Amino acid sequence: MKILVGLKRVIDYNVRVQVKPDGSGVVTDGVKMSINPFDEIALEEALRLREAGVAEEVVVVSIGPGAAQQQLRTGLAMGADRAILVEADEEVQPLTAARVLLSLVEKEQPGLVMLGKQAIDDDCSQTGQMLAALWDRPQATFASEVVVADGVATVTREVDAGLETIEVDLPALITVDLRLNEPRFVKLPDIMKAKKKPLDEMPLAELGVTAGNFVSTSAYAPPAQRERGIMVEDVDGLMAALKDKGLV
Amino acid sequence: MSKILIIAEHDGQALNPSTAKTLTCAAAIGGDIDIAVFADSVDAVAAEAAALDGVSKVLTVETSGNGFRLAAALAPKIVAMAEGYSHILAPSTTFGKDLLPRVAALLGVAQISDVMAVLGSHEFQRPIYAGNAIVNVTVPADQVMAGTVRTASFAAAGAGSSASIESAGSAEAPSHTRYVKLEASGGERPDLQSAPRVVSGGRALGSEENFDIIYQLADAMGAGVGASRAAVDAGYVPNDMQVGQTGKIIAPDLYVAIGISGAIQHLTGIKDAGTIVAINKDAEAPIFEVADIGLVGDLFNIVPELTQKLA
Ligand SMILES: Cc1cc2nc3c(=O)[nH]c(=O)nc-3n(C[C@H](O)[C@H](O)[C@H](O)COP(=O)(O)OP(=O)(O)OC[C@H]3O[C@@H](n4cnc5c(N)ncnc54)[C@H](O)[C@@H]3O)c2cc1C
Repeated sequence: MKILVGLKRVIDYNVRVQVKPDGSGVVTDGVKMSINPFDEIALEEALRLREAGVAEEVVVVSIGPGAAQQQLRTGLAMGADRAILVEADEEVQPLTAARVLLSLVEKEQPGLVMLGKQAIDDDCSQTGQMLAALWDRPQATFASEVVVADGVATVTREVDAGLETIEVDLPALITVDLRLNEPRFVKLPDIMKAKKKPLDEMPLAELGVTAGNFVSTSAYAPPAQRERGIMVEDVDGLMAALKDKGLV
Repeated sequence: MSKILIIAEHDGQALNPSTAKTLTCAAAIGGDIDIAVFADSVDAVAAEAAALDGVSKVLTVETSGNGFRLAAALAPKIVAMAEGYSHILAPSTTFGKDLLPRVAALLGVAQISDVMAVLGSHEFQRPIYAGNAIVNVTVPADQVMAGTVRTASFAAAGAGSSASIESAGSAEAPSHTRYVKLEASGGERPDLQSAPRVVSGGRALGSEENFDIIYQLADAMGAGVGASRAAVDAGYVPNDMQVGQTGKIIAPDLYVAIGISGAIQHLTGIKDAGTIVAINKDAEAPIFEVADIGLVGDLFNIVPELTQKLA
């Protein structure tokens, strides 16, 4: 079985993202870029499935600017077998990403597609579910445990009410949550080896998908700031402050 | 004029409060509002939905074997029902987040996630980058608008009406997806997402046993209980208690953060809280930058004392 894993290039999660003063976007110049942390977890899980003998090949794909090669090379260094970069210069919205992934799925015929449950840039949490819909296959979103056997994935999902378990027949789409695993660290020799692994590049148009910009975004603004309040000395001070606000 | 379909969220018995909040968002868009209730047994939930103020009618769809929990069962039916609607909304909970993109893709339209304000029938505000930026987004007016609603941004609509209830048939889960079970950890305490007061503990608690002092304080205050991701990851509490970007986004009147540093991903979940109280031994902890009332000190002394004084 082959597993296809999506890796989105995003601003690193440690960066405090700032809105440009003219409201035209967020500051990206000179900002550290990384693999979307949820996608990294998806890749880790795919690699573990391969190491457990459940899968034979792990293919990483990124849809984005040429510079997303860096994230794909990191994915190869983590252990992916090969990489595909679908080059798009404009912003890629979730429905477009899902259509691109669908066309790759038709070509690659994976048993599983694994993605992060959301990208930490647009926070949309849509692409996986959209792909599953277009592909007409099952979806298991927000996974915190994945067991694959006999053509069935048993997935534990982190839902608001607790932990839900569902079974899905393969091929299927899984999106992963943070507690699924802890991604491995990349070692230097792996980075060297990754340079020799295949990385195919193709323009988005070659897949017959046009990047429809369905949602147009204007006015970026910083969020309303909360003010720093008062400091109290002790529990009695806290009680008094709460009483003052009518909260106890 | 807009015609809006809301997909109700419930646990099989009772309507989830997120539905009434989604209704408030729909009312801000304006127009005719219907609520669809998918359930194995629709009556009780449909009656609750029909009582909400501002609903034209409730459409019921029967499922079986917990099919109402599965996006693959609901999405094709919602698409079949979509004719004539200008907007399809669901709460931005794990239920709505799982479901609505599947609907949008089948309809061939984009989705707007986490609507936090309505600027026009097709223009909305939403947060990106864990709430570090707020953007205005517009979708084409000639397409169905599919959106999930950030429930912390809207008050619940009132109840006291009685809309008509109509059957819209049934929905079957495809054989490729099977519901197995739900392990709900929720106990007797107020629901985290709707509780007016929430007490949360972080990594500093150090163990599942130590977390007891958080529960005791919460009980003395009649509060729901939350946690940071670090506390969940360490196994002190179950996942459904996580507050933040990847957990629950909440807006209680009072939020008490105990032994929580105030990472941006955590703060995303509490931005709309009324009053934030922080208890932390590190005076430089970022949580104090957003706290309305701060107390520096050791939580293992402060929390029991506070609990005792509140009792
Ligand atoms: C993609 C992504 C998503 C994330 N999503 C979330 C999310 O949804 N929710 C979330 O919470 N986090 C999330 N995180 C994690 C977040 O970045 C922080 O790591 C986490 O919130 C830290 O939890 P904490 O404050 O409990 O722990 P720490 O940061 O370790 O803070 C512990 C605090 O306790 C204080 N302390 C220690 N001992 C005592 C004592 N005896 N008395 C009083 N104070 C004491 C310390 O001073 C410190 O401030 C996410 C991270 C990533 C990368």
